[in-house]
Amino acid sequence: MSTTNPQSDAQPDDVPGRAHSRRSRPAAGTPAAAARSRRLSKARRRVANVAGLMAALVLTGALYSTLAPAHAEEAEAATGDEYEAGREIYENSCITCHGENLEGVDGRGPSLIGVGGASVYFQVHTGRMPLVRQAEQGPDKPVVFSEEQIDQLITYVQANGGGPAVPSGDLRDGDLALGGELFRLNCASCHNFVGEGGALSSGKYAPDLGDADDVEIYTAMLSGPENMPVFGDNQLTPEEKRSIINYIQTVKEMPDPGGAGIGRMGPVAEGLVIWLVGVSALMFGIFWMGSKA
Amino acid sequence: MARTATAPGAPTSRLGKTALEIDDRLIVAGPLRRTLNKVFPDHWSFLLGEIALYSFIILLLSGTYLTFFFDPSLREVTYNGSYAPLRGVEMSAAYDSALDLSFDVRGGLFMRQVHHWAALLFVASIIVHLLRIFFTGAFRRPRETNWIIGVGLLVLAVLEGATGYTLPDDLLSGTGLRIISAIILAIPVIGTWAHFAVFDGDFPGELIIGRFYIVHVLLIPAILLALIAVHLLLLVKQKHTQFPGPGRTEHNVVGNRLFPTFAAKAGGLFFIVFGLIAALGGLAQINPIWLWGPYNPAQVSAASQPDWYVMFLDGSTRLFPAWDINLPGDYTIPALFWPTLVLPGILFTLLAMYPMIERKLTGDTASHHLLQRPRDVPVRTSLGAMAITFYLVLLISGGNDVLADKFQISLNAMTWVGRLGLVVLPPLVYMATYRICLGLQKHDREVLEHGIETGVIRRLPHGEFIEVHQPLGPVDEHGHGQLAYGGASVPKKMNQIGGARRAIRGFFAPIEEPASVELEQRREPQGLATAEDRELTSSGRPSEGGRPSEGGRPSEGGKPQEPRD
Repeated sequence: MSTTNPQSDAQPDDVPGRAHSRRSRPAAGTPAAAARSRRLSKARRRVANVAGLMAALVLTGALYSTLAPAHAEEAEAATGDEYEAGREIYENSCITCHGENLEGVDGRGPSLIGVGGASVYFQVHTGRMPLVRQAEQGPDKPVVFSEEQIDQLITYVQANGGGPAVPSGDLRDGDLALGGELFRLNCASCHNFVGEGGALSSGKYAPDLGDADDVEIYTAMLSGPENMPVFGDNQLTPEEKRSIINYIQTVKEMPDPGGAGIGRMGPVAEGLVIWLVGVSALMFGIFWMGSKA
Repeated sequence: MARTATAPGAPTSRLGKTALEIDDRLIVAGPLRRTLNKVFPDHWSFLLGEIALYSFIILLLSGTYLTFFFDPSLREVTYNGSYAPLRGVEMSAAYDSALDLSFDVRGGLFMRQVHHWAALLFVASIIVHLLRIFFTGAFRRPRETNWIIGVGLLVLAVLEGATGYTLPDDLLSGTGLRIISAIILAIPVIGTWAHFAVFDGDFPGELIIGRFYIVHVLLIPAILLALIAVHLLLLVKQKHTQFPGPGRTEHNVVGNRLFPTFAAKAGGLFFIVFGLIAALGGLAQINPIWLWGPYNPAQVSAASQPDWYVMFLDGSTRLFPAWDINLPGDYTIPALFWPTLVLPGILFTLLAMYPMIERKLTGDTASHHLLQRPRDVPVRTSLGAMAITFYLVLLISGGNDVLADKFQISLNAMTWVGRLGLVVLPPLVYMATYRICLGLQKHDREVLEHGIETGVIRRLPHGEFIEVHQPLGPVDEHGHGQLAYGGASVPKKMNQIGGARRAIRGFFAPIEEPASVELEQRREPQGLATAEDRELTSSGRPSEGGRPSEGGRPSEGGKPQEPRD
């Protein structure tokens, strides 16, 4: 969902010049050649046409042969082994659905160009990727790759189109009460009051935040995985994001002062308890009294 | 006490003298003696209503404590209490004081939790009690009035719970309040005006918590208390029903006197109920309002549900299609009107009118003091099972988002299963229950006619194997029992008529030596013949049979009764 938009926006900012040269050169050359030919006679025009075309083709070929390998060498040089290792993992585990050049495969997986390291971190670190099968939603499961491998994969994807990067530093450095307010305003409608999760339509769901670590929550907000909207830095500033994380993690770690939390789910769990524990205990009690007749 | 009631002479003890002084002034000995000698039949299911009564007492006591600290006001304040994640947040004084009650008042959280658990138990026990009354036919003439009062109590208890749920003004209860507001608005024609009247303007206004508070702590409790008093007085006046059995007729009451046996039992049950609620209040967290946050109309959480007794209406709202009826002009009958007002209106009217409906359908206008076994009235039992099924589908649908999430089912699938189940399941359950009732009836008749299966297999001289049956009473020349079915439970196992060794006493653990029971048993001659002899004289008679009956005809002894239906 979020992967298609950044692709077109990010390209001019992130990779100025180089990657475009190949596409833009013939496009700029053709109108010039056409304008010139209009002034010439038919026969000359034909010769000039062929010559112009040949020249353009030669020029393009020459430029391609000099610039393209240089670009590849540059990328490799910039990231080195890390990038290469990431590419290897990508080609072993991701290529089937995301395509040879991260362009995505129709009906299988979205393009990864421009999704950024944040998305990779969230998807791979929570075990959602690699996906087991195509379903309503990718469930979180035991993580497949080591931290090091995830870093390599991030480097690889980040190098191809850029995008939101994995945040660093203390991600709980925010105001607790503000975080609570923002959480209830932005997150609770799907993730429940305290992040217990909730159902969405047709088998989709907002997951329980119980296992989520700080970086996972932050990168989820940045990348908007599955049905979640993207909370870019214009919607929630980095400080507000840190406040929300602070609130989620503080409340999660807080003990329940009232006793057993019974899932912190509210009335459904409480109704179950009063019938299964309360009423059945009392039924047992009155059976006992009845047997004492 | 006993001395003042019985001794003709002047009392000598200090207690006796005091009692005499009191009686001289108030003249209570006569009525008191009559009351204390009142006989209550004994059956475990007769205690269900008492659970509701004791929950109500606990609700009154714990609720009173809460009122000392709760401020039912929508004034805006900034929280500055002990709970860090909300410090500095703007909220209503109601929510602020509910937080203080939970964190800064000694015993406040415990009392809040006791109050809330007791509320859940109050409604639950009312419903279980209602089911007992329904399935045993205790609502029949002359008790229709008490049935209607009981249904009124149930409705009031639900309203009392719903208003109490709203008071803390947290995000959950505020969401509930918003739905209440929407339901009021959905009333055709008068909806908007009714909403203005209740909320004093648009939602949420500034008065609603204060109004609900008075309704919750004064209005409804007073009506509840008065109706409970009438409910109990009618019970005493009309006497309690009893199950059929040896010595029990339409004209007597067999059981224990109010004092001391029944009072001891009732007191014991009160402490069981109180102990359970206190345990829940101390061990299981209920409605952690600090996690919900203050109410803000811009916010809402997934899994916002009402307490379980209103959840069936949430379920009906989720299942009902979104069919708004647009009338000419600007009038709309919103879809919400049908599942939240029309449906409960129909359900509670049918419930309240059921005694009259059944009287009309069966033509049975006689007075009944003996209860019926559910199997003996298959139509009523099946209707009841059908109603329970309908209710359960609604109840489960009220929490279908939580169930869908926890069990990883599609929410849409849950909704459609609920919609179809609501229509398809009740008739299926009706048919199944009806067959089960008939089957149980037939088995009762079969045992009365052919006796209990002993498990003893005999081989006849020509090679046929037969199972020996133990007749329950005298038999005719064909070996068929002559006992008619009397509406009481029929023993179906040999040990229920003393065929096996007597059960070792003790509920949780044996309180006697198994060996001594065996010795005691061995002293009597053994064998099937003994069991048969004993059976002929004491057919499954409960130990308390033959208690003095209060008024009416004398006991009819162990004589089997005629079937009454």
